[in-house]
Amino acid sequence: MTKLAPPPPASELLWHAAVATCLKLLLIPSYRSTDFEVHRHWLALTHSLPVSGWYADETSPWTLDYPPFFAFFELLLSYPARAVDPVIVHLHRGLDYGAGSVVLFQRITVVAADSCLFYAVHRLTRKSEPGKARLIWVLVIWSPMLLMVDHVHFQYNGFLLGILLLSISYLSEGKDLVGGCLFAILLCFKHLFAVAAPVYFVYLLRRCFRGSFARGFGRVSALGAVVVATFAAAYGPFIYHGQMQQVIRRMFPFGRGLCHAYWAPNFWVFYIVMDKVLSFVLRRLGFDIQTPAASFTGGLVGNSSPFAVLPQVTPLITFIMVLLALSPCLIKAWRNPQPKDAARWIAYAYTSGFLFGWHVHEKASLHFVIPLALTAVQSLGDAKHYFWLSIVSCYSLFPLLYEAQEYPIKVLLLLLHCMAMFLSFSALFDGSARAKATAPESRKVDQSGEKRSSGLAKEGGFTIGWITKCYLFGILFVELWGQFLHPYILGKKLPFVPLMMISVYCAFGIVYSWIWQLRSIVRCSS
Amino acid sequence: MEITINLPAKDWYVNGTLNDLSYWGLDYPPLTAYQSYVHGLFLKLFDPDSVALFSSRGYETYFSKLLMRWTVLSSDVMVFFPAVFCFWIVYNHGRSRGGERCDAAWHIAMLLINPCLILIDHGHFQYNCISLGLTVGAVAAVLSQKDLIACALFSLALNHKQMSAYFAPAFFSHLLGKCLRRKNPFFEVLSMSLVVIGTFAVVWWPYLYSTDALLQVLSRLAPFERGLYEDYVANFWCATSVLIKWKRLFLTSKLKLFSFIITVSTCLPSMIHQISSPSSRGFLYGLLNSSLPFYLFSFQVHEKSILLPLLPASLLALDDPSLYKWLTHYGLLSMFPLLCRDRLLLPYLTLNALYFLLYHVPRDKRDSKVTGSSAAYPILRAFSVCCYFGLHLIYLTMLPPEKYPFLFEALIMIFCFFHFALLAIYTNKKQWMLSEHSMLLNKEKKLI
Repeated sequence: MTKLAPPPPASELLWHAAVATCLKLLLIPSYRSTDFEVHRHWLALTHSLPVSGWYADETSPWTLDYPPFFAFFELLLSYPARAVDPVIVHLHRGLDYGAGSVVLFQRITVVAADSCLFYAVHRLTRKSEPGKARLIWVLVIWSPMLLMVDHVHFQYNGFLLGILLLSISYLSEGKDLVGGCLFAILLCFKHLFAVAAPVYFVYLLRRCFRGSFARGFGRVSALGAVVVATFAAAYGPFIYHGQMQQVIRRMFPFGRGLCHAYWAPNFWVFYIVMDKVLSFVLRRLGFDIQTPAASFTGGLVGNSSPFAVLPQVTPLITFIMVLLALSPCLIKAWRNPQPKDAARWIAYAYTSGFLFGWHVHEKASLHFVIPLALTAVQSLGDAKHYFWLSIVSCYSLFPLLYEAQEYPIKVLLLLLHCMAMFLSFSALFDGSARAKATAPESRKVDQSGEKRSSGLAKEGGFTIGWITKCYLFGILFVELWGQFLHPYILGKKLPFVPLMMISVYCAFGIVYSWIWQLRSIVRCSS
Repeated sequence: MEITINLPAKDWYVNGTLNDLSYWGLDYPPLTAYQSYVHGLFLKLFDPDSVALFSSRGYETYFSKLLMRWTVLSSDVMVFFPAVFCFWIVYNHGRSRGGERCDAAWHIAMLLINPCLILIDHGHFQYNCISLGLTVGAVAAVLSQKDLIACALFSLALNHKQMSAYFAPAFFSHLLGKCLRRKNPFFEVLSMSLVVIGTFAVVWWPYLYSTDALLQVLSRLAPFERGLYEDYVANFWCATSVLIKWKRLFLTSKLKLFSFIITVSTCLPSMIHQISSPSSRGFLYGLLNSSLPFYLFSFQVHEKSILLPLLPASLLALDDPSLYKWLTHYGLLSMFPLLCRDRLLLPYLTLNALYFLLYHVPRDKRDSKVTGSSAAYPILRAFSVCCYFGLHLIYLTMLPPEKYPFLFEALIMIFCFFHFALLAIYTNKKQWMLSEHSMLLNKEKKLI
């Protein structure tokens, strides 16, 4: 029996976090999107107005569309903001404020909030082998997607994903109450995380009743009470003021189409392209096809559909499709809720939500890529899958940073990430393949199922198949076309083509990843 | 760039109606002018307004700034990086595989992620990467016994920035020492001189038609009328000028003589050592021991010249890591007022921190032979570190008194000078101690 090496010290994790922090600080003067002004306005809103005014205010087009806990978080940040520069939190004078003080303050709040992510990763890896722990640190703490979205484009995803990972960490240790409570808290921070709620619900319900019925009932009540208490703490003040409808309307705005202006690489991209191709072909064949008045990015206008040929898609249809996609996972979770599979199911839930959801932003790919990093260390197949998936998802985020000075940054971040992943995965799986080759008698009763560990011994090291290589090199061609050849050959004509190509190309990858994840969940026998 | 692409070569260094030398006229040798010409063509292709004669003075748009930064980045990648890789390959050639692989990886990181070079070249904006890259190429050639190539490359470096002359004594003494040990020393010296003269002739070709043109260019390269020192720099003259007001007591011509004598005499020990017993390690220390005295005692030294001693210190990072760390941190401090004026405070702090983190990268103790910092003189070192942080805080938070508006700069310079002087003594001692250890190596290298 080979003795497992002790987990690496926390100081190494701090080293990784410190290096990431230096990079983030260097990115402070870079491009920032309108999300920066959105969050600054929320600082001013929560600071200047009473609670009853938060979801009713119309001073700025950037209305509060996150749940109340996030508003309380902004309120908390607004006090040091006022100490730094009072104009930041002024409702009217602070509009579109871009001085050095507000940029520095807000960027540093994002960097500081990432400590939640660091703690969650620490908690997840404190009992792992050193090789796997370091790999997870590299994949999560040095994730180029988080750097690009949080620290350039500007958002607080690191903080929120930290809460999600913390919840997964408690679930994987079997501490369901804390895990469920943390998920409820997360839902009150950002409601978009609710896609995984069915998985949580089924998993926790089944886990509660694993023993006797009476104890199970007790557990369910405790969990229910905690969740209700969390929601009450969040929405209580708004129920008191009778503003719940207004809050719901702000959190789920109508007037948004099936797709964002830049199409997220999900299933609907294929649906739209198919619709356009069919309408073109059918028109050529002589059928009378009306050009639709509505657009994909605009809202639902009465009964008019933005689709010329194919049936219209409504939010209800997307909701049903997400549930259908989730159902195999829910059945699996009901039959055998294993703590070690929690991360995999939750990542699958977010993948399904990304693929079939309504008005999905491309940034939502963060929700499934980061939790999948936790499963990437479990087997060689998972590692190979994660390798190309993270590259494709990172590439799909490129259009977010469209200014010239960020171009080398995003390309180099992606290349560095590829190299770091390749070297780390090779080191981890070549090492363990060699170890298994030298100890053939020790049948490791691996918790992750015999299929995976036997696959490790047979396949040897970490290699990339030729199909994957072709697909990844295809990304290079898409980028070359979009950045250089298209402006050179076609000039200003058909400006949407490069972005559409990126969406479609990445959508292929993400759909395949969804199928792969579904197969891996269904096939896994324990 | 504006001057070189709009005027013929013979007018570049001459004052005229189109070329106003008082508005940032060319004061580097012709290779810089050729490089500016190439980059000027690149800028003209994408943004002609940025290099138009007269009208582009002070021209700065988002796009033109991006193009200019790209010229430095591309020079870095095309000149400095390949030179460093060549050196790294030659340096690690004799070393064993295995556990020292992570040391070699650490060494490359230390060479390339040099915070001073990044801040000056890509922050303040200069092209030191080209001359330093050519110098590193010359060092790599010397270490792989290709002396003629080394001569050519170092001459090119000299022709890009005259400050590369800080390394000239080391190259001269080491190559002379090696030549004297060969079969036909006179022939070797002659071939090297021919290479050097040939390189110079090729670069200075447009100015060789008359002595006047030659002298005109030379006068632009050595502006002695600017005085012993400008601003605050951590060298001997500036630090001691607190007590001895050199500029008031002596004429410029006398001061030139003083600085020349002191510089040459402080370079002599290292030169003598290399002529008498040349070795590769000794050569690297020799580079350090000729650039440091030049920095400390030479005429018209700028704060940015600390990059020159930093180069050999980085090349020696595996031999003596604490030396490199010492020089880098205090070199950064000596440039701190300059970088604050350039509004580079945030990159300065983060690159300083990042360098510290990369230096202390966590790794298995058994795998590497690079130990942590030495434990000598702990109390003095702790006091020094406190002063280091204290000076940063004082400079950032407090206002200097009315009577001495540059008090804090002076304090920083004196503190840094003290450390550089200690460092110079330490490195000289180390180079002389090398000869005792390398007696055996010299006997083996008799046939070079």
